[in-house]
Amino acid sequence: MPEHEADATQVSPAREVGEFLRRRREQIAQRWADEPLFRTVFTVSRDEAVDAGRVIVDALAQVADAQRIEDPDAAGFTGVREQLARMGAARSRAGLSTTQVSSELAALLPPVENLLVADLDQEDPERRRECATALSVLMGTLRLVTMQTALSENQALIDRQRLQLLEVATPVIKLWDGIVAVPLIGTLDSARSQVVMETLLNAVVDQHARFAILDITGVPTVDSLVAQHLMKTVAAARLMGAECVVSGIRPAIAQTIVHLGLDLGTVKTRASLADALGYCLNELGANIVNAPAEGAVLR
Amino acid sequence: MSEHFARPAGGHVPVLRLGDVLLVTLQGDLHDGMASQLQQDLAETIVASRVTGVVIDISGVEIVDSFLGRVLAETAAQTELLAARTVVAGMRPAVAITLVELGLTFPELRTALNTEAALAMLAQPVVANRPGGEGRP
Repeated sequence: MPEHEADATQVSPAREVGEFLRRRREQIAQRWADEPLFRTVFTVSRDEAVDAGRVIVDALAQVADAQRIEDPDAAGFTGVREQLARMGAARSRAGLSTTQVSSELAALLPPVENLLVADLDQEDPERRRECATALSVLMGTLRLVTMQTALSENQALIDRQRLQLLEVATPVIKLWDGIVAVPLIGTLDSARSQVVMETLLNAVVDQHARFAILDITGVPTVDSLVAQHLMKTVAAARLMGAECVVSGIRPAIAQTIVHLGLDLGTVKTRASLADALGYCLNELGANIVNAPAEGAVLR
Repeated sequence: MSEHFARPAGGHVPVLRLGDVLLVTLQGDLHDGMASQLQQDLAETIVASRVTGVVIDISGVEIVDSFLGRVLAETAAQTELLAARTVVAGMRPAVAITLVELGLTFPELRTALNTEAALAMLAQPVVANRPGGEGRP
C-alpha cells in the first residue's frame, strides 16, 4: 500500500497519537479506572473514575493535536489542571510521598502503550516506535503538569497561611486608656518581629498610648535574636514617647536570659500581664482598689 | 556645606516661647547650617529668658538619618547644661524604627507622644520620670 504509507508519513507521530487517543478513548478510560491512582481517588463509583479518565484522555488528545506534547503549558492542559491537582492532593493526603504519586502517574502509561502497539500492528516498526515515543513523552508531560500543579497549590497554601499567621498573630489590644498590649504567640523571627514593631508603634500613635505591653507568654524560647528584637521594639516605642513593658517571662525563660548573659537592663520587665497592667495603671495614676468589706449584706 | 551657609536668612527654624517653655517645630529635612543655627538660637534664648524646658516637635519629619539623630541628642545635652529639659515630641513610627535600626536609641533623651504630652511632662517637677527611666520614687 504505497499510498497509505505515503499518507502515514505525512501525519506526524503526535497527531497519530492524538487520533489514536480519540479512537480508543473509552478503552483507555476503562483501563485507567482500574489503576491504583484512579481507584483510590474515586472511591464512590467506577463510573466517576471512568468519567475522569475520559476528560484526561480528551485533554491529552487535544495537546497531541496541537503538536505540543512536550509543553506543560499547552492549552489542552488548562481544563484538567484542577482535576489533576485534586487527584495529586488526594494521594498526598493519603500519605504518599511525591515520588510515589509520580510513579502512580507513570503507571498510567503501560496500558495505553499496549493499546497503541496493538493498534499500530499493521504499521512498520519504525513508525510504531515513533508513535510510542510520542505517547510516552505526552504522558511524561502529563506527569509534569500534575506535579507542577500540586506543588504550586501547596506553595500558594503555604503563602496564604503565612500571611494569615502574620495577621492573626499580632493583634494590638487596648487594655485601658493609654495602655495597649500585644500578646506574642509562637516563634519570633525577623519578619514577624518587624510586623509586631510596626503594628505596635502605629497603635501607640492611634490610641495615644503612653504605655505598651509586650506579652511573651506564648513565645516558646527566647534566644539572643528574639531578645534583640524585643529591645529594638522597646527602644523605638520609647523614642516615640511611650514606655514599653515586657511581661510574661516564664521562669525557664528568665533562666535562659541570664545564662545567655543578655542584658535587658534598659527594658522594664514584669512576670505576668496583670503585673504589667498594674504597673502601667499605677504610673498613670489610676489605682484599682478592692471594694471595702462590709460584712454580711441583707438583700 | 557652603551653599547652606550662603543663605543664612532663610535657614532659621522658628523658636517660639510659650511661658516657661520654648517650642521648636522641625519640618522636612534639616540642613547642617540650619541645625547649628538652631542650636545657637536655642542656647541664646534659654540664657536670655531663663526658660525651664524645650519641646522639639518632629511630627513633621518623615525621613531621618544619623545626622538628625545626632542633632537631637546634642541639642538635648546642650539644653541640659543650661538647666533646662528637652523633650522630643511626636516622632513617627517609621522614624523611630529607622533610628533603632541605625543603632541610635538615645537612652538619655526625653520623649513624648505629642506636644501636649511634652508640655505636661515639663510641667511636672524635675524629678518626674521619663519613659525608660527608673520611674517615680
